[in-house]
Parts: sequence; structure tokens; C-alpha cells
Amino acid sequence: MATIEHADARHPVAEEHATSTGLPNTKLAMWLFLASDCLLFGALISTYVLYRGASLVGPYPDDVFDIPYTSVSSFVLLASSLTMVLALAALQRGDVGRSRIWLLATAMLGLTFVGGQVYEFTAFYHEGLTLTTNVFGTSFYVLTGFHGTHVAIGILMLLTLLWLSLGGRLGPERVEAVELVGLYWHFVDIVWIVIFTVVYLIPTGSGPA
Amino acid sequence: MATEHVPADAPPEVTPPRRAHARHPSTREYVRIAIVLALVTAAEVVIYYIDWVHENGVLIPLLFAFSILKFALVVLWFMHLKFDSRTYARFFVMGLAGAVTLYLIVLITFQTFAG
Repeated sequence: MATIEHADARHPVAEEHATSTGLPNTKLAMWLFLASDCLLFGALISTYVLYRGASLVGPYPDDVFDIPYTSVSSFVLLASSLTMVLALAALQRGDVGRSRIWLLATAMLGLTFVGGQVYEFTAFYHEGLTLTTNVFGTSFYVLTGFHGTHVAIGILMLLTLLWLSLGGRLGPERVEAVELVGLYWHFVDIVWIVIFTVVYLIPTGSGPA
Repeated sequence: MATEHVPADAPPEVTPPRRAHARHPSTREYVRIAIVLALVTAAEVVIYYIDWVHENGVLIPLLFAFSILKFALVVLWFMHLKFDSRTYARFFVMGLAGAVTLYLIVLITFQTFAG
């Protein structure tokens, strides 16, 4: 396969594969994956909307939701998107040290979000809302659980990048790896933007429709 | 117009990958976008507690408007779709539009928005 080699003062040799589109295949594949993930989350969000207000027994959304608490979680996830782009920008500038700090900050903010979600699920469980209590419980836990799993996978990817960086294997010549993880991370953020509005902020009521 | 003859057994044309970093936002721009996102999120939470907004039926349209704004800011600026190749945008919009269309049809079929 044809390859093109670049060399500059900062990183001796970076090798890229030529592609028929002129775009990196890995990045194109990531965008295609994100497009397919839109269908997955679309199915889960519309299932939640479809069963909104259809529960015959409680607890209902208004009985368990704590909007100020979830708002803080939303701010945390939005902040992690900022630290993610700052990690990418730092690596593009060749500032490996700062990119490590921002990668670590992003992973920590992600962990805070997932920790918050675990606490929220535990609180809901103690209030009597389980996966099988009613259709609200089922659709809510499946939707937010899938999202939380995506965040957890993103944290693993961030920590892997950090580990590679600390081992000297993530320099400016491999900036595309950070960009790909960044795309995934921002996607998780935009899905939460929709979930926060549709699930938490749009009122459902506190009883059967 | 002159046309170039390409032999049938010629290897497929390959192009070196474009380094699509021609113009990425500066750190200051990223921080500005993050501040706007935080302010819009705060506005969403504030309007949730205003009775007038609930009573006059403007809560849901406002929440959707804010949500679309936040979504667009993250996709265009943080995910760099505003600056990168249009091909990425086409891929993503294809999936997004497909999902929105498909699930709107499902929800309308089940009369989710009736009443």
C-alpha cells in the first residue's frame, strides 16, 4: 500500500496511509460509527417517550427526579468536553505535558459523572424504582444505563491514552488517536444534552396518564 | 474538453490523507463556547422553575430550542464539523436525519403526541 512520509523538527517521521477519499479511514469510520449510534440512542429515547406517562404504578418521574442534582452532572459532562478539546489542542501544539493534564481532567470529570449516576440509581432504587417496577423504570434505566456505559467506555479510552502518553507513545505524530477518542467523548456529551432535556426537564406528571 | 485515458487495470487512485487541521479554534474560542454552553444549560434549568413558562405552553419549545443550540455548538466547534471535511458532516447528518425521521414516524404512528 502506498504511504506518504512526513518529517519535521518536532517528530522525526510520521507515516500515513494514502486513501481513496483523501481522508483518514479511521476518522471516517468513527463518524460512521457515531452515525449508527444515533440510531441506537434514537431507539432508546423514543422508547422512553413512547412510554412516558404510561406507568400504572409509581414511583413516577416527578417523585424521584432531583433536577438540581442532575443539572450539576450536566455541567460536569459539558466541562469534560472543554477539557477534551483542550487536550487535543495541546497535543496539536506539541505540548505533551499539558495534553496529559487535560486528558486526566477529562477522565476525572467523566468518573464524577458516572459516580453521580451510580448515586442517582441507588437513590431511585431505595425509593422503590427498579428495572421491573414499571415502564418508566425500565425505559429510564435502559436509556441512562446505556449512556452511562458509553461514558465508562470513554473513560477507559481516555485512561489508555494517558497511559500511552506517560510511556512516551503518544506524541504529536499520533494526534489522530486523541481526536478519535475526542469525537466519541463529545458524542456522549451531545446524547446527554438530549437526554437531560427529554427525560429530566420535560414534565411527565406524577401519576398515570 | 480533453479527457485522460485510464487503463482498465490501473490501480485505484489514492490521495494522501488531508491533515484537516487547517483552522481549528483557539483555546480562547473553546472556552467561550463552553461558557455559552454553561449559560444555556443554566437557562434551561431556570425556565424549568418558572410557572409562567409552564402555564403558557412555551416550556417544551424553549427547551428544544436550547437543546438544539447546545447540540449544534458541540458538533460544529468541539467536534470540528465546521472546520473539517464536508464528508464527515454528510456521514453524521445521514445517521442523525435517518434516526430522527425513523423515530418520529414511530412516535406519530403510536399517536404519542396526540392530546
